[in-house]
Amino acid sequence: MTVVLAVIVGLLYGAGTYMILRRSLVKVIIGLIFLGHAANLLIFTIGRLIKGSPAFIPVGAETLSEPYADPLPQALILTAIVISFGVTAFAIVLFKRAYQTVGTDDLDKMKSTDELK
Amino acid sequence: MEQIIILPIIIPLFFAVVMLLFWNKVHLHKYLNLISGLTSLIVSVIILSFTISYKIISLQVGGWVAPFGITVVSDLLSSVMVVITAIIGFSTALYSIGTIDNQREKYLYYPLLQFLLMGINGAFLTGDVFNLYVWFEVMLISSFVLLALGGRRGQLEGAIKYVTLNLLSSAIFLAAVGILYGIAGTLNIADLARKIPLIDQKELLSVVSILFMVAFGIKAAVFPLFFWLPASYHTPPVAVSAIFSGLLTKVGVYALIRFFTMIFTHDIGFTHTILLVSSALTMLTGVLGAAAQNDFRKILSFHIISQIGYMILGLALFSPLAIAGAIFYIIHHIIVKTNLFFVSGVVKRLKGSYLLNEVGGVYKYYPMLGLLFLIPALSLAGIPPLSGFWAKFVVIKAGLDLNQYLVVAVALIVGLLTLFSMTKIWNEVFWKDDPSGDNKNVNEMYESLTTTKKFMMYSPIVFLALITIIIGFYAEPFFTIANDAATQLLDSSLYINSVLGLK
Amino acid sequence: MFSVILSTASKYLLPLLLIFSFFLLLRGHNEPGGGFVGGLVAAAAYALYFIGNGVGEAEKLLKVEPIKLIAVGLLIALLSTIPSLFVGKDFMTGIWLKNNFPVVGKVGTPLLFDVGVYLLVLGISLKIIFSLAEEDK
Repeated sequence: MTVVLAVIVGLLYGAGTYMILRRSLVKVIIGLIFLGHAANLLIFTIGRLIKGSPAFIPVGAETLSEPYADPLPQALILTAIVISFGVTAFAIVLFKRAYQTVGTDDLDKMKSTDELK
Repeated sequence: MEQIIILPIIIPLFFAVVMLLFWNKVHLHKYLNLISGLTSLIVSVIILSFTISYKIISLQVGGWVAPFGITVVSDLLSSVMVVITAIIGFSTALYSIGTIDNQREKYLYYPLLQFLLMGINGAFLTGDVFNLYVWFEVMLISSFVLLALGGRRGQLEGAIKYVTLNLLSSAIFLAAVGILYGIAGTLNIADLARKIPLIDQKELLSVVSILFMVAFGIKAAVFPLFFWLPASYHTPPVAVSAIFSGLLTKVGVYALIRFFTMIFTHDIGFTHTILLVSSALTMLTGVLGAAAQNDFRKILSFHIISQIGYMILGLALFSPLAIAGAIFYIIHHIIVKTNLFFVSGVVKRLKGSYLLNEVGGVYKYYPMLGLLFLIPALSLAGIPPLSGFWAKFVVIKAGLDLNQYLVVAVALIVGLLTLFSMTKIWNEVFWKDDPSGDNKNVNEMYESLTTTKKFMMYSPIVFLALITIIIGFYAEPFFTIANDAATQLLDSSLYINSVLGLK
Repeated sequence: MFSVILSTASKYLLPLLLIFSFFLLLRGHNEPGGGFVGGLVAAAAYALYFIGNGVGEAEKLLKVEPIKLIAVGLLIALLSTIPSLFVGKDFMTGIWLKNNFPVVGKVGTPLLFDVGVYLLVLGISLKIIFSLAEEDK
């Protein structure tokens, strides 16, 4: 299972990198989303895949019963998903506004700020 | 007592919430913003004085013991950065009252400024790698909106580049955090500082350290990752450019210093050599880029990059003196650079343009403004006895001590070229005659400004220029603090003991 | 595009989904759920209503500005961090009341924090949805 996930992470990184190198704004956003997913899945895989129970100490017991799942990677991923939700929503609004103002979604045509005057 | 170190995060949040509650009473926002800036300034100075007397203050949020909970730590470096953030926040609050238009105020400019300051303070104070990521995102989201607010074409184009590259950097940062957790099993900085030296997989550690270097390098605008900066920093209103140029890249530099002194010191020959080479190239490309520009704010933007090079140089040399120099350099640079952006804003108000060939003759009619420009400009170029001289002197002295003559030569040449750029601005903006003949080009917009607004525009410039002069003539205590901060970074046992509660 | 079925159905689904979001909010401390998911479900309920009936109707139904929701949510979350300081514990330490309440269960500052998150998420999601929808008009 770990190998499958590792391959998927690799594919997502590949696809994300390819997409952010495209000239169209929409594809850049998709690429950024892919890269975010890849990072989340990477954390998930690194957190070691086991069929464990939640890391709660049962009533009456003193210690955790093995095997238990490490809760930290899940907390990290959850936080990262929430953050990327907000950031992506903002990026979409921004890119849409830019498309309306500039009148094109071609990144090569958006270089008025780089020109020497 | 240690609860006080959460305040630099809570104060901006509280004021932002109050502003949002009264979101349609826009005229109140600027005063709330000013009060927030003043409170933050007082609180941060108190924290600094506590930190000087108690060395390191740490707080476990929610009472969960480190390394399992969320840790907030104030060591000397953090508390110094928080004080400077407060100074810049306060100056920007003043300057915004004088310059920000009604439309932006209506679109929640001031609450966003508070959220930005909250994110910056959080990044400086956190003692946990993942929380650093979260604070980076808080800071980034507010900066995205501040950058795009107004929606002119240039702004949106700049914002797209800024947003895309910063999101990329966040994705890399997140992946690096995950791998670091996989290797070390912890994300608490103190715990990492303790555990990393015991780990055998040095190659994997090097890979992770490079991932962090790239992620922070994008945020700090280090060569070759700086292209978003000159494409975006000259597009928003001056108050926004000023706070960005002062603080945002420096958060990246701060993170680099924190990570590459306390955590990743397993293979200095590898990581710090990369930093050394890229610092030299950062200085050179920045200053050469500036020489080609003809826009006041673009020249300043490129100089941010070249100055970042000096800070990274201090870190890369990795001797106590060099790191002290880097910290001193950050203190000096934030104040000077923000001030230069403020001056550029006043010139724009006077002459209606940022382009050097369209303006001129400012010195003839406003000699005091010329003086106020010269103080930060000469300080930036490193003319004694201003603050920039001491900052450059310490870093270069450290380089000479380590026999790194090549980078020292680069640093000296870059200093000279900085002087060239500043002279160019001086000649074009202040010295030469106004290209449109007499002083007719003076913007009527400026003349129609009320005295209060003019006062609000000039007071932060005078305030920051005074600080530059004080650092210049009275450098000893500032350097002592920088030196002590460097000592704390290089000998992390105090930090580890304080955070993990070991005695 | 106006659909009678969606419009009618969303009117009945809205209260159901809102009740479900409260349920998620309240069970969130020890079981799956919580302020964030609850807020998202509530926002989805309004989003469904707006797809069925248009932005104007949805905004009329909400009665408050999304920004007010954001502000109140943040304020509640901020206030929930204060009580621990009065008991002499670290900032943000959870304080629970001794007795259980009917329906709500255990009450304490973490629940207050979750309520803040609920309102904040609801406010932000609605703000995004409404501003995207208004631009399209």
